[in-house]
Amino acid sequence: MNNKMSALLNWVDERFPLTATLKAHLSEYYAPKNFNFWYYFGSLALLVLVMQIVTGIFLTMNYKPDANLAFASVEYIMRDVSWGWLIRYMHSTGSSMFFVAVYLHMFRAMLYGSYRKPRELLWIFGMLIYLCLMAEAFFGYLLPWGQMSFWGAQVIINLFDAIPLIGPDLALWIRGDYSVSDATLNRFFAYHVIAVPLVLLGLVAAHIIALHEVGSNNPDGIEIKKHKDPKTGIPLDGIPFHPYYTVKDMMGVVVFLFVFSIIMFFIPEMGGYFLEHNNFIPADVLKTPEHIAPLWYFTPFYSILRANTFNFLWVPAKLWGVLLMGLAVIIFFFLPWLDRSLVKSVRYRGQFYKTALTLFTISFIVLGYLGTQPVTEIRTVIAQIGTVIYFLFFFLMPWYTKIDKTKPEPERVRW
Amino acid sequence: MVKSILIALLLVPVMAIASNEIKLDTAPVNLYDTISLQRGVRIFVNYCVTCHNAAYMRYNRLQDLGLTEQQIKDNLMFAVAKRVGDTMTVAMDKNDAKDWFGTTPPDLSLIARSRGADWLYTYLRVFYRDNTTHTGWNNVVFPRVGMPHVLHELQGVQVLKTEMQTDALGHKHEVQNLLLEAPGTLTPAQYDMLVADLVNYLVYMADPAKTFRIQLGIYVLFFLAISFVATYMLKKEFWKDVH
Repeated sequence: MNNKMSALLNWVDERFPLTATLKAHLSEYYAPKNFNFWYYFGSLALLVLVMQIVTGIFLTMNYKPDANLAFASVEYIMRDVSWGWLIRYMHSTGSSMFFVAVYLHMFRAMLYGSYRKPRELLWIFGMLIYLCLMAEAFFGYLLPWGQMSFWGAQVIINLFDAIPLIGPDLALWIRGDYSVSDATLNRFFAYHVIAVPLVLLGLVAAHIIALHEVGSNNPDGIEIKKHKDPKTGIPLDGIPFHPYYTVKDMMGVVVFLFVFSIIMFFIPEMGGYFLEHNNFIPADVLKTPEHIAPLWYFTPFYSILRANTFNFLWVPAKLWGVLLMGLAVIIFFFLPWLDRSLVKSVRYRGQFYKTALTLFTISFIVLGYLGTQPVTEIRTVIAQIGTVIYFLFFFLMPWYTKIDKTKPEPERVRW
Repeated sequence: MVKSILIALLLVPVMAIASNEIKLDTAPVNLYDTISLQRGVRIFVNYCVTCHNAAYMRYNRLQDLGLTEQQIKDNLMFAVAKRVGDTMTVAMDKNDAKDWFGTTPPDLSLIARSRGADWLYTYLRVFYRDNTTHTGWNNVVFPRVGMPHVLHELQGVQVLKTEMQTDALGHKHEVQNLLLEAPGTLTPAQYDMLVADLVNYLVYMADPAKTFRIQLGIYVLFFLAISFVATYMLKKEFWKDVH
């Protein structure tokens, strides 16, 4: 039997590098041995991606991308399709949990300087994945065709109106109509189920290939490739991804699924944060909801958009808001070049970076909260302060990371 | 007479509106109370499905509530539905509805998810007589609502009384209270109970798989807890030689 199996494997290997590929990416990919809690979220994001694709395939079997049928078809899935409710809740919970995993994954990179040389391109691929994910979530949210789907899309597409000269035509082109309509729903369905996922999968592949080319960073922010076993050429602080990290990540997956299941089975609406109450009302072009807010994962940027209430330098406030919102996302791309610190990991950085990162994290969360709430005067002031802190974190980074008093990095990794 | 005054006194604290903030009463929802749900669906088909659709809810789904198909056919299907697999729809024409009420009555399949149980529980108990509206009714939590007080024969007729009250600091406040002017066929306690049953049913109908989902969730968590022990031990075993 064994002989036959190895003969088959040989037959394949002569025609396709199966064993070599598995070795290069799993059993002979050496990862630092000191990964901590923060290092679970990459594999978890990959898990959610697969989950979203599989549940998405089953949802499309009964979903109807038609303005007259979409809302009812979702309820049909929830009530009449066998296990449809489970698949739908997996998908809706999955979209929010995808962002949870990705935000924590990105925060990890900021903690340990994972975007620094030689991982700049890895970081850029990651950021492109994040952009795709935002697009994917935005397109997908229109599909249930509830009040929030409709008005959320209306508000976001109208932002393009603010762009000078081409704005109104661009918004019209995106919508395919003068208002969000069946035409918009149809094209968003196409983007959501095929266009963006294709790009997303390609980028994920590029992200992993880039990672395995340069090797993983670690909580110490030092390169394990500097100290290799002279005989084997294997990093002394590296352990093969398989089996060590496959079994460790399996444990992480179980814990993650535990949290996921608590939400999905007991509180799938998550108090209106994962599924909004207003989205259980079919889209109605004649009834604008009093309070329109995007889902929680967009709210920090939504807050930045709304925080701009000044017309400044002949540019209207709305355009400033749109520009700053765009910049708030795009600026992450430049982190590898904004950071001038001698060390990568927060473990060996000085007080300046630690304080800056803490303030940034607080402002991100506060902006996120404010984005879910209706505007009041005091909230606008807080959002403006938050916006300033958000951007100062990036704009002042070249300066405060350079003069920061860092501690010496260790030669070898520590636990 | 004495009885109605007593009822009026009982009702005074039902709704005290100090400002625009209206405090909603907590709906006593219990999806495991099958008898309450059965009473609820009975009220629902008798009073609500005359004007409102529940177009995503099929009659035969009511087997969830311990009813047989025959019981459903005999006792609950008055509307246009012919077959037990039909959804709860009404014959009323959309345009007629618009003429009569000013708006099409909303579909109620998901109303408990969009409005929330507490809102519904409060809303159905705070209708009052108001001759300035076209239906002759008004509502405290939904001012100038198009819907008349369908259950008024049961609840009786309430009126909204505005009084000036002086608080401890000597400031004067306008306080509005609902008073029961003419009692209905039910006592206030019985009426509250009836609305509670109805809201309980609306909550069930908005997400019929909920109780099964919770049950299944417990099994899944149990399975994951065991898997955690297994994967934790596996990880420990493999990582023994990493120093």
